[in-house]
Amino acid sequence: MTVLLGSIDLTFLAISLAKIIVLTFMVILPMVAYSVMAERRGAAIMQDRVGPNRTNLPLTLLGFKKDLSIFGMGGLLQPMADGLKFILKEDFTPKHVRTFYFWLAPALTMVPALLTCAVLPFGSELNLGFLGLAHPVKAVIADLNVGPLYTFAIASLGVYGIVLAGWSSNSKYPFLGAVRSSSQMISYELSLGLAIVPVLMVFGELNLGKIAAAQDADGWLVLPLWGDGLSPGRLLLWIPMLISFVIFTIAMFAETNRMPFDLPECETELVAGYHTEYSSMKFALFFLGEYAAMIIGSGLAVTLFLGGWSIPFGPLLGLGYTPGATPLWLGLLHIATFFAKVIVFILFFIGVRWTVPRFRYDQLMKLGWLWMFEIALANVLLTAVIMWLVPLK
Amino acid sequence: MPSVLFYLFAAITLLFGVGVVVARNPVASALSLVCSFTGLAALFISLDAYFIGTLQILVYAGAVMVLFLFIIMLLDIKAAEGRQTNYATAVGGLLLAVLFTVQIAMVLGDFKEGNKTLADQTLNLGAAASKTSLNTIKDELAEGTLPDAKLMGFTLFDKYPFQLQVVGLLLLAGTVGVVVLSKRDRGGKEEVS
Repeated sequence: MTVLLGSIDLTFLAISLAKIIVLTFMVILPMVAYSVMAERRGAAIMQDRVGPNRTNLPLTLLGFKKDLSIFGMGGLLQPMADGLKFILKEDFTPKHVRTFYFWLAPALTMVPALLTCAVLPFGSELNLGFLGLAHPVKAVIADLNVGPLYTFAIASLGVYGIVLAGWSSNSKYPFLGAVRSSSQMISYELSLGLAIVPVLMVFGELNLGKIAAAQDADGWLVLPLWGDGLSPGRLLLWIPMLISFVIFTIAMFAETNRMPFDLPECETELVAGYHTEYSSMKFALFFLGEYAAMIIGSGLAVTLFLGGWSIPFGPLLGLGYTPGATPLWLGLLHIATFFAKVIVFILFFIGVRWTVPRFRYDQLMKLGWLWMFEIALANVLLTAVIMWLVPLK
Repeated sequence: MPSVLFYLFAAITLLFGVGVVVARNPVASALSLVCSFTGLAALFISLDAYFIGTLQILVYAGAVMVLFLFIIMLLDIKAAEGRQTNYATAVGGLLLAVLFTVQIAMVLGDFKEGNKTLADQTLNLGAAASKTSLNTIKDELAEGTLPDAKLMGFTLFDKYPFQLQVVGLLLLAGTVGVVVLSKRDRGGKEEVS
């Protein structure tokens, strides 16, 4: 037993546990709740409605005259009310379902979505010298050398939850939703994977932390305007990188079943798609899984193309990252930058949802296989040719 | 990695592997296969082979998804569940398993390296760094991390480029074949299934 305990690095374990708890449960889950809220408010603004603006701290229950609205903005407690409602509603399991798989499916959607955040570098490093730690703590849960691949691998497990939900519900509409979802996710995984190949070619690196650090020093992929980014090779590569970014973003919309591609739960045709038979918290888990996948997908896009945690023109402003010697305030600023970018990306997701109409299913397949896939392939070739003609460094 | 984790993941791999064979319901079999692959991926990762471990999930779990859809779409699950056990196949399978076990035991009996414990065999990354020619790999090895994806890519493209091209051509031919085969039915009468 002592040998066993000796083989575990307790400081490392404690730091990792702290990072997991803070990132997953104290950042991503609240972000999920508030992106649902932002979605509803955003939709309301775009459709000239009011949206949920009445949920405040219920002080009237305690005999006060008015409910307390936080920051003077009504409705900020709506996610809590929603969560409470989901928990208190009757959890109904229809009789015709295959019970074991019916219960397994929501968990299988939720867990992979949260697991993928393990490799996201959400900040540069935190210098926790005042806690007696000799080395600065890297702001990433698992500093793997196979970052994007890990994310894709775990995210591809998420489709099992959807297919199982559709199949175990044992009724028509969920089943159709599940089959649609699986073929859609498999089709768009190709473009998603091919879209990041040019990125990996430019960096020669699979470690997301190092990709972000490289962009901090030499310019983001979509904004190469400082450091080595101003070299002719990098400026020429700007074109394929922008194509890559567009393809990646579109494919991510399809992978997360977001609006122009939300055929698996298309209300006009399939009632509610794969989660038609679900109620209460099990339904909420599908919802949470979808939004968590959206947040982490945004995080991946930000890390690969928009410089991750790096501050624009950071090295010129003296806000760049120096390995091992970044002060604590700058580390915190980097974390804030990362989440600010992710939030902007989520708002973009929401804006798109309420702007473009839904695709027809054959159009979706045609777009995926006849356009995105070919453009992504040609883009790999273009990047290779540019890198061959104008070698980097 | 603590050895407890090794035993845990080995147990997961083996138990779900047995589940693939034993389960009556084809969906349960397919899901067991996914769990077994996940356990195997964890074992790879415990050997510092992050790249292989991730590919194990990415490729095999994706492949099982297709299997899964085949089961759902084409198999009559009620009929498959009620099927009688075929004893001849079971006995044949057991016999094969026993033969393989005996073979492995005989091979391992002659394998002297098996006596060394893993704890004594630390990776000497610094020595490896001085032997490599590619700069990115050298830097990472000197840092003390194992760039397994880079090492694998370098070996594949530097040592076996011809074989890689042949495999690529083979896969391409397979893909074209699938497209041709599935397109052929369109010309004739529309099949309603």
